Amino acid sequence: MPEIAVVDYGMGNLRSVAKALEHVAEGQHVIVTSDAKAIENADRVVFPGQGAARDCMKELSERQLSNVVLKAAREKPFLGICMGMQVLLSHSEENQGIDCLGMYPGEVRFFGNELKDDQGEKLKIPHMGWNGVQHKKNHPLWQNIAEGSRFYFVHSYYIDPEDQAIVEATTDYGFEFVSAIGRDNVFAVQFHPEKSAQDGLQLLKNFSKWNGQ
Amino acid sequence: MSLAKRIIPCLDVDNGRVVKGVQFVDIRDAGDPVEVARRYDKEGADEITFLDITASSDNRETIVHVVEQVAEQVFIPLTVGGGIRTVDDVRRMLNAGADKVAINTAAVFNPEFVKEASERVGSQCIVVAIDAKKVSAEGEADRWEIFTHGGRKPTGLDAIEWARKMADYGAGEILLTSMDRDGTKVGFDLALTRAISEAVPIPVIASGGVGTLDHLADGVTKGKADAVLAASIFHFGEFTVQQAKEHMASRNIEVRL
Repeated sequence: MPEIAVVDYGMGNLRSVAKALEHVAEGQHVIVTSDAKAIENADRVVFPGQGAARDCMKELSERQLSNVVLKAAREKPFLGICMGMQVLLSHSEENQGIDCLGMYPGEVRFFGNELKDDQGEKLKIPHMGWNGVQHKKNHPLWQNIAEGSRFYFVHSYYIDPEDQAIVEATTDYGFEFVSAIGRDNVFAVQFHPEKSAQDGLQLLKNFSKWNGQ
Repeated sequence: MSLAKRIIPCLDVDNGRVVKGVQFVDIRDAGDPVEVARRYDKEGADEITFLDITASSDNRETIVHVVEQVAEQVFIPLTVGGGIRTVDDVRRMLNAGADKVAINTAAVFNPEFVKEASERVGSQCIVVAIDAKKVSAEGEADRWEIFTHGGRKPTGLDAIEWARKMADYGAGEILLTSMDRDGTKVGFDLALTRAISEAVPIPVIASGGVGTLDHLADGVTKGKADAVLAASIFHFGEFTVQQAKEHMASRNIEVRL
């Protein structure tokens, strides 16, 4: 039976991710694991995460999972979610500055406290709730998901990748920020598909069928 | 398109059962929180909040099982409040499948708990519930105070200052209930909602007093709330969540339809 490994590094609600995958990935086995071998043997890897960048990087390094995650991201269908996307960049402004995994050159930046919408109303941080996701390209993971569909977000930092060619989607919150990136076998999203009702489940279903091309 | 204002149905759960007499005709077991949560999810609820009102601490485990079961079938954010006093309580709820926990009385008696909890699990998981009552006299400038024990015990804490402090301590969101309005069906305390929402950088959920769909919309347009929470108008089948959203949309409020 094909296997989807959800990387467990002590950051966040992995049960939700696993339950949502089990709900949609018919005929596949979903495991939540911090075991390097299990991640290496899995057919697909989901890299979730929430919390602070410093804690994420610390947990990854203590569990010796940084290289395991990077290897998976080079080799097989790989889905990063929320903090699991942010730490793929080179550096984050969070916690007075944290070096991240560096797969994609770029910075993770704070939204700032002076964000305003186009009516001049002050915007709250964290960016929390359902916002529209505008596709920038066709991708197998957007299959059966309408352009502009709303997904559930909760975050105070956003990614600013150097290479605009990896941008898969953007979202408007005071300005247009990057809400999904992808390259080769990697797809990563700022929102939480496991908490985004039907469209979120559809994205996870698409991932469970994706061959990484 | 921008961020949608959220509608959050709230379920009071006692010993693992929904109370306040839910009356959906096509739900066999109206008191089953899983059934009710599924129904709200189908109607388009943006999140669901469970408030555990189980009196005996011996029966507290029941809410954990409720959350586990709901989280297996409902894929929208779930918040659990009631009886959350320690970081272990927080972790237990998150591990069961909750996305956020609401801390109320424990925050009042031990504000450091909010700091500790948000440092351990992240601000995004910590909602501070504030129960406020108007204490200013007629003709005076508005002033609200924090009350505990279902609105019976004053604490002397100013609601606006308290909300600011909780945001500083790492709360990711504030669930604001007007104890003057709770259960009255005359609408939110809009002045309170607006005062708190403008005072803090984090999202505010308005609660207490909803009787009509216009009340929900007013919470956003006049109260400046980021989300609105209601229990009885949805429980008793007066309105569906879908109707509430359509009404808000008709008043030019951005919602997820």
